[in-house]
Amino acid sequence: MTRHRLWLLLLTFIGLLWVPFYNFHDPVLFGFPFFYWYQLAWVPVTAFLTWLCYRSYPG
Amino acid sequence: MKAEIDSTALAVFLFFFALVTIMGFLAARWRRPATLAHLDEWGLGGRQFGTWITWFLIGGDFYTAYTVIAVPALVYSVGAYGFFALPYTIIVYPFVFAVMPKLWQLAKDTNAVTAADVVRNQYRSRSLESAVAITGVLATMPYIALQLIGMSTAIKALGIRGELPLIAAFVILALYTYSSGLRAPALIAFVKDTMIYIVVIAAVSLIPGKLGGYAAVFDAADQAFKAKGSGGILLAPNQYVAYATLALGSALAAFMYPHTLTGVFASRSAQTIRKNAVLLPAYTLMLGLLALLGYMGHAAALKLSSPNDVVPTLFQTLFPSWFAGFAFAAIAIGALVPAAVMSIGAANLFTRNFWKAYINPEVDPAGEASVAKIASLVVKVGALLVILYLPTQFALDLQLLGGLWILQVFPAVVFCLFTRWFLAPALIAGWAVGLIGGTYLSWVDGLKPLHLVSFGDLSFTMYVGLIALAANIVTAVVINSVLIGTRKRNHAFDSAQ
Repeated sequence: MTRHRLWLLLLTFIGLLWVPFYNFHDPVLFGFPFFYWYQLAWVPVTAFLTWLCYRSYPG
Repeated sequence: MKAEIDSTALAVFLFFFALVTIMGFLAARWRRPATLAHLDEWGLGGRQFGTWITWFLIGGDFYTAYTVIAVPALVYSVGAYGFFALPYTIIVYPFVFAVMPKLWQLAKDTNAVTAADVVRNQYRSRSLESAVAITGVLATMPYIALQLIGMSTAIKALGIRGELPLIAAFVILALYTYSSGLRAPALIAFVKDTMIYIVVIAAVSLIPGKLGGYAAVFDAADQAFKAKGSGGILLAPNQYVAYATLALGSALAAFMYPHTLTGVFASRSAQTIRKNAVLLPAYTLMLGLLALLGYMGHAAALKLSSPNDVVPTLFQTLFPSWFAGFAFAAIAIGALVPAAVMSIGAANLFTRNFWKAYINPEVDPAGEASVAKIASLVVKVGALLVILYLPTQFALDLQLLGGLWILQVFPAVVFCLFTRWFLAPALIAGWAVGLIGGTYLSWVDGLKPLHLVSFGDLSFTMYVGLIALAANIVTAVVINSVLIGTRKRNHAFDSAQ
């Protein structure tokens, strides 16, 4: 598990499934309330974390 | 919505529909195998799809036409709560990354075409195989019917009345799926996904400009929910658990469906799947932005007869008719890809886990392919009849139960990738408890996805599928412990003799 850094992927579950982290209106970004841009931001973050894991697999 | 037929929109629509029809039939020649008369070729495209084809295929098959209509519709009606589709389609990929390459490898090594094949090979149990296969077919049928609802919404938006166009579109789909197998939706997915991306990018970049920017869009939605007295652009505290459990439950169920697993099994390698887990979230970004079309509906002050009309009406109101036609074609074609893959997934299950298991064990690969082709036709006709003759609500209710049901195969399909501890009878018991208990809970709640759970003073609503899965796993663990305990005792007794 450590070798493949799969634990990194748990961050996504924690960040998105614990709703009290992000159910706010402020701060607003580009007109998007925090609730929306926070969750949208997890898309590239998750892709990046998964990519880090991917790199630890051979070929 | 407009009542009369818009000829420009219709012409654009027909052009793209004709294009994908031709592609669907030509797909039989694409990456041509020695023969299509083999289930690996017809039903899995030869297990040779690389990163890009897999990306388009799984993306085209997972983000369905119904999603494009229903997610903005839910957000339009209830607000933030409808947004659970976003965390759902994000957390699904870490899960795919960790689990699906293992499942692919096992399927490849044991020549499995379906999840039920994998389960039979791992547990040597015909009963567990049948349980997984029946659940898969039952859950898929209403899902195909839903694609028809998506397609008919797009056709209706063109101003065409009557059911004949829907029937015609579906017959064409059935014919090229019959002749080309999985190659047809894989090829069409390139067109479908490209069109959907263009539509969504145009919508989210141009529509807010016409409505005064995103801040104004969120503001208008907030006002509308306040005026209505329900919903809101943030979650109410009593929705937290419901939101998170719906996201988690849906994510765990998503890749148990035959159509998504067909996309996984058709990949070339385990690395192809890992790479796709990194790349597929691009679709999720699109879905998240698409969901905001629901709020744009409020900002544009649309008058709708049904929330499902929010996307088509936005396009008709705010875009020139040629682009509206393009968007409707994108939605209709968006229904073809998943409907084709779903019927192939169900047909593979029928062929391998019913026909070969019980009717004709000696069937050769060519025979399997012809049984599957006919099964795919029957499945599609069944879905069409459901839509034509039963109330729409029936398909929606069944689809909801389907999600709950398919989640109950999770332990059987996934646990064997990580442990050899479980025995088939324990998993069958868990499956039965989850399926029956979950269906009962949902039934007594009036077919709602959420169930009220109380622990003393603490009470909250949560996704009923996840409750059923918990009951499923607990049952399986308890019965397995008992079975293993009994075996050990018998073994000790035998040794003592």
